[in-house]
Amino acid sequence: MQPDHHEIELTVNGTRYRRTVESRLLLSDFLRHELGLAGTHVGCEHGVCGACTILLDGDPVRSCLMLAVQANGHALATVEGLAPASGELHPVQQAMHAHHGLQCGYCTPGILMTMTAYLNEHPSPSEDEVREALSGNLCRCTGYQNIVDAMMDAAARMREEAP
Amino acid sequence: MKPAPFKYVLASSLDHALALKAEHGDEARFLAGGQSLIPAMNFRLARPSVLIDINALTRLSGIDRPEAGQVRVGALTRYRALERDGEFLRSCPLFADALPHIAHPQVRNRGTIGGNLSHADPASELPALAIAMQARMRIRSAAGERTVAASDFFAGLLTTDLASDEMLVDITYPVLAPRSGACFMEIARRRGDFAIAGVAAVVTLDEERRCASVRLALCGVGETPVDAGAAALPMIGSRLTGDAVEAVAAGVRDLIAPSGNVHASPDYQRHVAGVLVQRAIRTAHQRISHAA
Amino acid sequence: MSTRFFGAPVKRNEDRKLLTGQALFIDDVELPDMLHVAFLRSQVAHARLKQIDVSRARQRPGVVAVYVAEDYGDYWQPGPLLVQPPPIPGSTFNPRTQVPLARDKVRYVGEPLAVVVAESRYLAEDALDDIDVELETLPAVVDIEQALTSSSVPVHDDLGSNVAAHVHQVKGDYRKAAANAQIILKRRFRYEHGISSPIETRGVVAHWNARGQQMTIWDTTQAPVFIRNGLAAMLGLGERQVRVIAPFVGGGFGPKIMMFYPEEVGLPWISMRLNRPVKWIEDRLEHFVATTHERGQIHDAEIALAADGRILGVKDVFLHDTGAYNTYGLTVPINSQCTLLGPYVIPAYDSTFTAVFTNLPIVTPYRGAGRQHGVFVIERLLDLAARELGIDRAEIRRRNLIPPDAFPYNNQIIFQDFAPLSYDSGNYEPVLAKALDAIGYQRFLKEEQPKFREEGRCVGIGVACYVEGTGIGPYEGAKVQVQANGKVNVATGIGTQGQGHFTSFAQIVADQLGVDPSDVDIVTGDTDQFYWGAGTFASRGAVVAGNAVSEASAAVRRKALKLAADAFECAEEDLVLADGKVSIAGIPGKFIRLGELAQRANPMRGAVRPGTEPGLESTQYFGPPSGATANGVHAAIVEIDPLTLELKVLKYVVVHDCGTVINPMILEGQIHGGVAQGIGNAFFEKLAFDDQGQLLNASLADYLLPTALDVPRMELDHTVTPSPLNPLGIKGAGEAGAIPVGAVFAQAIEDALQLTSRKVELLEIPLSPSRLFELTRQEDA
Ligand SMILES: Cc1cc2nc3c(=O)[nH]c(=O)nc-3n(C[C@H](O)[C@H](O)[C@H](O)COP(=O)(O)OP(=O)(O)OC[C@H]3O[C@@H](n4cnc5c(N)ncnc54)[C@H](O)[C@@H]3O)c2cc1C
Ligand code: FES
Ligand code: FES
Repeated sequence: MQPDHHEIELTVNGTRYRRTVESRLLLSDFLRHELGLAGTHVGCEHGVCGACTILLDGDPVRSCLMLAVQANGHALATVEGLAPASGELHPVQQAMHAHHGLQCGYCTPGILMTMTAYLNEHPSPSEDEVREALSGNLCRCTGYQNIVDAMMDAAARMREEAP
Repeated sequence: MKPAPFKYVLASSLDHALALKAEHGDEARFLAGGQSLIPAMNFRLARPSVLIDINALTRLSGIDRPEAGQVRVGALTRYRALERDGEFLRSCPLFADALPHIAHPQVRNRGTIGGNLSHADPASELPALAIAMQARMRIRSAAGERTVAASDFFAGLLTTDLASDEMLVDITYPVLAPRSGACFMEIARRRGDFAIAGVAAVVTLDEERRCASVRLALCGVGETPVDAGAAALPMIGSRLTGDAVEAVAAGVRDLIAPSGNVHASPDYQRHVAGVLVQRAIRTAHQRISHAA
Repeated sequence: MSTRFFGAPVKRNEDRKLLTGQALFIDDVELPDMLHVAFLRSQVAHARLKQIDVSRARQRPGVVAVYVAEDYGDYWQPGPLLVQPPPIPGSTFNPRTQVPLARDKVRYVGEPLAVVVAESRYLAEDALDDIDVELETLPAVVDIEQALTSSSVPVHDDLGSNVAAHVHQVKGDYRKAAANAQIILKRRFRYEHGISSPIETRGVVAHWNARGQQMTIWDTTQAPVFIRNGLAAMLGLGERQVRVIAPFVGGGFGPKIMMFYPEEVGLPWISMRLNRPVKWIEDRLEHFVATTHERGQIHDAEIALAADGRILGVKDVFLHDTGAYNTYGLTVPINSQCTLLGPYVIPAYDSTFTAVFTNLPIVTPYRGAGRQHGVFVIERLLDLAARELGIDRAEIRRRNLIPPDAFPYNNQIIFQDFAPLSYDSGNYEPVLAKALDAIGYQRFLKEEQPKFREEGRCVGIGVACYVEGTGIGPYEGAKVQVQANGKVNVATGIGTQGQGHFTSFAQIVADQLGVDPSDVDIVTGDTDQFYWGAGTFASRGAVVAGNAVSEASAAVRRKALKLAADAFECAEEDLVLADGKVSIAGIPGKFIRLGELAQRANPMRGAVRPGTEPGLESTQYFGPPSGATANGVHAAIVEIDPLTLELKVLKYVVVHDCGTVINPMILEGQIHGGVAQGIGNAFFEKLAFDDQGQLLNASLADYLLPTALDVPRMELDHTVTPSPLNPLGIKGAGEAGAIPVGAVFAQAIEDALQLTSRKVELLEIPLSPSRLFELTRQEDA
């Protein structure tokens, strides 16, 4: 079969990109290897581990379960765009550092993207709700406890920052 | 784990999508949420040569009420939209119970109801809901349109009544009747996994608060969702006592023939199906009293 | 020297890169002109390879090369035996190591048969379909008991049987012990450990620079120095021509130390051959079979006790599944054999095991490395004994603990590091007491459990003890170097996979040199930065490399003080090393910065005096005489739904002693992660093979890693008994969290469901609701 190519245009972290992609190219591969945004990780390519989670028009999705061509016309956000330009870390990143919520750090970008979206929508979650929100992201290193603590703290930090 | 090559077409209209499907038949697949199709393509278990992306067909998504007592859900409606529609969840409360069991938020942000039902995974929650609620599916092809009852839609393991040129376009659910209560429960190894067994129950009482009807459907315990309504017949007219409910559970255990999998033996599946039947009926019953 | 940072919960230096997506992991390595590799893997477990035809694949557009075993020529060699068997008299050991590509025979599903090199991974996978393989299928050897029967086919034809090893170790006289016993209990136990399944799979990138005659290899290995040495030899290069870099690695837990994986052998050769960089990233489907497992053992064990519950002796005969090859020697079964003795006085021990070849993926250590299996057996035996003798479960353990004055305690048998199994130090009873207190043991049994039972709730408690031999040799080294800008650079040979070495090593240096940990840059896992070392395994990184870092920074400290003393013409005793400078005590204005001292130590003019070296740096090595033994107690309260048998952990407590603690925050993280993996092992993760050796659940959808909803909050506490075997007094802790969880779960579930009164015993791991249903229903019927 002749390779099937498409031109796409999209924004990632506010930057516009225009590229030609093969139809079968996974969005995760496109971000990592075509755009050089390698902070989005890949752990399973079948939608379970959550390492590849990014935001599609503000909502967390698995970038391994989308084709790059499907992102045409959409606005994406990845871990590289999370910290504000000032060099400070986002409150969720700060809290992960403060609570030792990462060990190898491989699952971390997916967790950050999932949880920033979640906390924006649920500013005062209970611990059980945080665990539920986290349950689509596998972490093999931390046993989750410190991540949960970090998220409770991040929620508080974000509430404080909110106007 | 990279997909085999295919030709991708973004359908610009429903007619466009249907024409392409008529042209390519089984070689082509519709791409809805992609949450079942793309993993299968990554494993190279599915190798469509044409992918017809229907995500731009916005008219296929959304919830409306064609007539009193009915809710119609477009095939492209994402789980996320259903989850956030309070009115929908109130009129179809089985969904409120079932949706949180489907995968995780990231998957629910993409997955669609039409993709789910067309995929027809017997362990999925929504086919069982369609059976329990006696949903009707509207199906279109380039040649025309037809409607089938949920009970005729699920034909076998991962197979539906859809012909190779057809698309599921919407699903109509009756809203919960007065003096009725509903409950969906399931057992899975982890939150978000496919069910080892799941039960959807809808109980309706008569004026004397006796059982007037029971709808009962199960997922995860057969090659298709299982309509266990027959097992519930002895309960009609009863006061839903413990004995009556237990008898239904026993009936369900006799009715189903689960095949087991790496997570559960057939005996365990049969056993917990009975447990869930009792719990779901009791909860559905309680919910009526609470509402009254 | 101050201890401002040593022992403090210093936040991690490595976090920022990881949190912002800037850390370099293997798949982030992008090189111009890079090719991508996919392996054709056997779909059957056992077969003779008749023919393999790659001609169609070679013609596919985008494919650059396809190789089979023959193409490797003399480069094709079985891998080296990594760990020699310990010198135990009378043992048998039949080494059979893995091959780079299967040649005559395939021995497990997933064994590589051919390798495709293409312009993209997508194209490489396309071409796998074009390869025609003709196999003559043989019966698959899957069951370890059947494997030893005369009717079983051999996995390795030349061996004639499937015995990979046979080892018998004895302490005291078990027969005598049994003769004097009040009771003897004998049971069969099955313990299966699963796969480590880090969220990052494995990967290799190889780049041959023909002009510079340099090979650079990025590898997700836990042991970069060994990889360099081995590959240099195989490729006919000098060790200085090969640089191995273990970048940020997304979790290892054991299997990433296995060598040499076929992919590690293949990629550098391919890169040389094609003169282009090549990349292989293992996908999750491959990971389930291509990365090593741990898996199962069957123990027939008996315990002899006196009436007061004192252990007189233990006898154990067990089978160990080693998979298709036994490259990692006997490490796993020896660990099982040794760790079974636990923290207890066991005067007589008679233990025999047979390691068995099967047509399943290779078994090498995974976090715990066989210790789980041994701990499960002894802990369950004690539970049974407690019941038989009418002694409380915690009490029978307490009575058998090795007393604090008995250390060093020699167990007389040989451990995985070839040294006699000797516990260096310990004080076990306070650990147990703390754990019982934290879980509320007495209150639970006397007050809470009866109430739960009245309410019809099935809630039970479990308590288990363990020891863990950690921090074994041979050695590690570290180079500590003060740079002109005042920052300190530290290089060691170990790789790091999330254990926080960037921070804990920085803490050690910071105290010695009076700088802030954030001013200490640690480089691990780059063989060009540090030449010697062994690797990260057996909970040894902090112990062995940590002590080397400490020695090296102490040497630099001495140098700095000497240089400053010369400069100020004062005595070294009058100097203070703090805040990145050396000053004269009492005269804060009189100081010299470390960076400046470093410059002075490398003068432009004048001679370096004999007996001194230029530079403010030092390289030191540390090798412990033998392993340090950590210990601990886990306790849990679990609730089981009596009808569905679903489990919920209501409380989980860990109290442990791993000697001196460098960074309690990092240590707790290690324990949390270990317990989570232990819970996976106990209740979720099961490798389900059919009788053809096919793994039925090779996906993360069906191989169940615990999620945030499955791992409870854990309460941690510790005691400190320093190890006398290293100057810092540390013992390893990397594996402790994972080891006793299965034993705790089995005991707590038995208690919750009151299985004893139903004559049901839980003698296996993993458990699951379905398995519990089968076990309990058999008896009900
Ligand atoms: C990690 C994970 C966990 C999951 N857990 C669950 C779970 O617990 N329960 C559950 O129910 N599901 C689960 N799923 C599957 C998920 O719900 C899918 O979204 C769903 O099965 C398919 O919907 P989709 O819109 O993604 O369809 P797609 O994947 O796009 O399509 C599925 C199939 O349906 C066809 N199709 C799609 N739309 C139509 C249409 N309108 N008419 C005709 N054919 C159509 C496609 O061609 C394809 O063959 C899980 C998925 C993942 C990745
Ligand atoms: S890589 Fe996408 S969910 Fe695992
Ligand atoms: S920190 Fe390693 S997987 Fe989460």
